[in-house]
Amino acid sequence: MIRLEARPAPSRTWSVLSPVVAIAITVVVAATLFALLGKDPVRGLEVFLVKPWSGTRALTELGLKATPLILCAVGLGLAFRANVWNIGAEGQFLVGGILGGGLALVVTANQIPVNRWAFFPLLVLAGALGGMIWAGIAAFLRDRFNANEILVSLMLVYVADLFLSWLVFGPWKDPRGFNFPQTMNFAAETAVPRLVPGMRLHWGFLLALLAAAGMWIFVHRTYRGMQLLVGGPAPAAARYAGFSSRQALWTTFLLSGALAGVAGALEVAGPMGQLTPHVSQGYGFAAIIVAFVGRLDPLGAVLAALVLATFSIGGELAQSRLGLPSAITGVFQGVLLLSLLACDTLIQYRPRWGRR
Amino acid sequence: MGAKVNEIALLLAATLAAGTPLALAGLGLLVNERAGVVNLGAEGMMAIAAVTGFAAAFLTGNEWVGFAAGAAAGAAAASIFGWLSLWLYTNQYATGLALSLFGAGFSAFVGSGYVGKNLERSVVAGIPGLRDLPFLGPALFRQHPLVYLAIALMAAIAWFFYRTRSGLVLRSVGESPDSAHALGYPVRRIRMAAVLAGGALCGVSGAYLSIVYAPMWVEGMIAGRGWIALALTVFATWRPARVLLGAYLFGGVTMLQLHLQGMGVQVPLQFMSMLPYLSTVVVLVVISRDPLWIRLNMPASLGKTFHPGS
Repeated sequence: MIRLEARPAPSRTWSVLSPVVAIAITVVVAATLFALLGKDPVRGLEVFLVKPWSGTRALTELGLKATPLILCAVGLGLAFRANVWNIGAEGQFLVGGILGGGLALVVTANQIPVNRWAFFPLLVLAGALGGMIWAGIAAFLRDRFNANEILVSLMLVYVADLFLSWLVFGPWKDPRGFNFPQTMNFAAETAVPRLVPGMRLHWGFLLALLAAAGMWIFVHRTYRGMQLLVGGPAPAAARYAGFSSRQALWTTFLLSGALAGVAGALEVAGPMGQLTPHVSQGYGFAAIIVAFVGRLDPLGAVLAALVLATFSIGGELAQSRLGLPSAITGVFQGVLLLSLLACDTLIQYRPRWGRR
Repeated sequence: MGAKVNEIALLLAATLAAGTPLALAGLGLLVNERAGVVNLGAEGMMAIAAVTGFAAAFLTGNEWVGFAAGAAAGAAAASIFGWLSLWLYTNQYATGLALSLFGAGFSAFVGSGYVGKNLERSVVAGIPGLRDLPFLGPALFRQHPLVYLAIALMAAIAWFFYRTRSGLVLRSVGESPDSAHALGYPVRRIRMAAVLAGGALCGVSGAYLSIVYAPMWVEGMIAGRGWIALALTVFATWRPARVLLGAYLFGGVTMLQLHLQGMGVQVPLQFMSMLPYLSTVVVLVVISRDPLWIRLNMPASLGKTFHPGS
């Protein structure tokens, strides 16, 4: 009989080791699943884990996939630390994409001459604004009416999705698009500047890294960020220190919303170049996993985003090369988070053999 | 005139049909939450059960096998949540969320082989004698058996909660696990039983959606109903009859959108489809306005991890 005994202090070792073990468990599950499906597990893992890292093109694609994950997860990590449950990053991502895409569409449709480098900051601002508006609704309803932010922010994901669908099926549909639900292609000047010539990786990646670094400084080196950290685990202590949970609610919701919105705008004006009903590939939800695997830390989020991006590209490769459904990525993402939560128990508890 | 009445009867019938999956899941989550456990994995459990139930019904040709498979799948998924949150002391919110994400991925993966396959629409006999009543017959008595089962279940759960000793124990575990523990009740096992029951009911709900309501499997077909069911328990201030009532209200909202379209109301489809989600937000706002009211009705230990022997 194994029982768990509370540790006198949280284990720092396990706090770092836990994500590593969780990733290892996921890899074992993946290999087993490949074998069960009649695929060679070694080849399966190679396609899934190694191929996404092989070659310049693969690496740039990895960075491209990681960009929205980093941006969303950096914000979510802050919110979760402050015990604010913003689950609706996906919706904030979409509204950021709608505003960013709308801006690009206005420029394109009216043939406004813009400079790529002048448009980039405008795009980022539009995305941030969109995400903040959407997150702000959930924060407001929580603050003013005490409405559960988990459920509200999640419901707003569906609303945002339907709103986007209405736009691209309705008023924003490309009149010359053969009735496909999509906007016209944005003008080339609205595209996010590329980072590596010939590759799709864009400056948004650097922006995401910058956001992570900035958030790290905010959280670890400023008084305000520190207050947020304290507010999560010890709300009473935070109140005593004069920092209200209202402030934490608004700060974290608006910040995480803005970052998710920026991610959406970058995705739309970056690799997509138009709006379609499928702007997001579940980045806002995957970012929840990224945030937890990254220990709710901004720099951890960067590393974890690379892991999840590997899974995501690995899933696409598994489809094209192994004939497996790309949805297998979702299975592994879920397994990763569940095993991480299980491993995290070892941070607070020590297993003991024998009956008590 | 006759046509109008007939239309209302059909609208009522459709409301019952659309409300039933929400009622089943909502009642399951109610059992969970009365024991002090909040499982945000509802959406994931329903998705896993929907695909499992569909596959079972598709392979055997028997919808009841499908419902049973759905219930088993829902309970199996819930057992992961229960084991993590009750025995490994993980955060209930994070664990439920993880289950929802896992369920979305798992169902899409398993279901990729079943996309585009169709089940035969089940023949609904209705209740003999009553089904031929004017108006009431088509409105209420020509439903799938699960619709009536959901109502019976509500009554059974209410009876269990308020008239049996076990129900009292379950509720006391939700209100004060430490006292229940001190009195010698196995808090974690009772909670696990509640979690499994909740998972099974969410499972039946998911299977109902894919076998009876749709009837087909597509990725994302649960479409937030698990989350709406979670909101229902808050709306119902944790009372069985109100969960059922709320489920029918939401079923009505879902049907209203189709009905309005049928009447030629010029509102885009997408805005109509937003109605259930927007109503959920509105309902949450209205019901949560008064924190004291919620606190009085909410099981006191809801969402808190229980450590035995501490």
